[in-house]
Amino acid sequence: MLEFFAMGGYAAYVWPSWLIGGALILIVSLESRRRLKSAERKLAQLSAPDAASRGAGTGRDSQDAR
Amino acid sequence: MFDYLANPTRFLKIASYAEPVAWGVFALAGLTGLGLAFIGSPADYQQGETVRIMYIHVPSAWTALFGYLMMAVAAFFFLVWKHPLADIGARAMALPGSVLALITLITGSFWGKPMWGTWWVWDARLTSMLILFFLYIGYIALADGFDRRDRGSKSASILLLVGVINLPIIKFSVEWWNTLHQGASVLRLDGPSIDSSMLIPLLLMALAAKAWFVAITLMRMRAMLTERRLETIASRGGEKSMGAANA
Repeated sequence: MLEFFAMGGYAAYVWPSWLIGGALILIVSLESRRRLKSAERKLAQLSAPDAASRGAGTGRDSQDAR
Repeated sequence: MFDYLANPTRFLKIASYAEPVAWGVFALAGLTGLGLAFIGSPADYQQGETVRIMYIHVPSAWTALFGYLMMAVAAFFFLVWKHPLADIGARAMALPGSVLALITLITGSFWGKPMWGTWWVWDARLTSMLILFFLYIGYIALADGFDRRDRGSKSASILLLVGVINLPIIKFSVEWWNTLHQGASVLRLDGPSIDSSMLIPLLLMALAAKAWFVAITLMRMRAMLTERRLETIASRGGEKSMGAANA
């Protein structure tokens, strides 16, 4: 096991490559998801039956509550 | 086919089915690929364990090039037929593409240091890859850099088309110039020169990278289409819905 993590003495090059790469992939994935969910939430608020009355006033509050 | 897909409502419906499929391929190919890359494949006879950087470096590079080409195709469709969905597609691909180019540069540095003795060298392959990254960044800056979005789309699309010249330069840089970077070992006219124990995890990781790129692109396209619907509602609905759309 230790031998595996040592990567034949190249641990300092192999693991950072994968960690930085994985982190960047994760950040982009989460940011894209956040952007989609946020837009969909706003649209749902507007499309609700009494959207016109709620939309302007409490839009921001209900978003923060989530 | 393009007319059929170009309807935003239909596109959204198809995308909502295609996106989970892309995520599934990403997870399956990624996990299998990781297992084979780290456990199922041998160290390289010359490069030792550093060869394991290849399984993230090369798929990222391939997908960054593929992504740029797809963006240029979308830009062409946008400039010729003015269809907003093509513009949204190009914009959606910019972030995942640029990040894959960045991952290629970073992992390449981590591979170059132990094998070449340097983090960076201004040779043809590395420099042309850096230019690809800058083209991505330039596209993002241009596309979002105008008060009127359609102007940004047009300028950025032209930049994309001009930048296509860089793609063959990247691909053939290792043949045209003397470089530290090794030559092609997979996409060769005489077939791959890499052993199948390394080729299979490499192709699996490449599939995972492509699937991730597609999944993120679809997700961002869905987000942008929803945002534009919100803008339309806001401009029609006047004050009442403005607040919610801008919040």
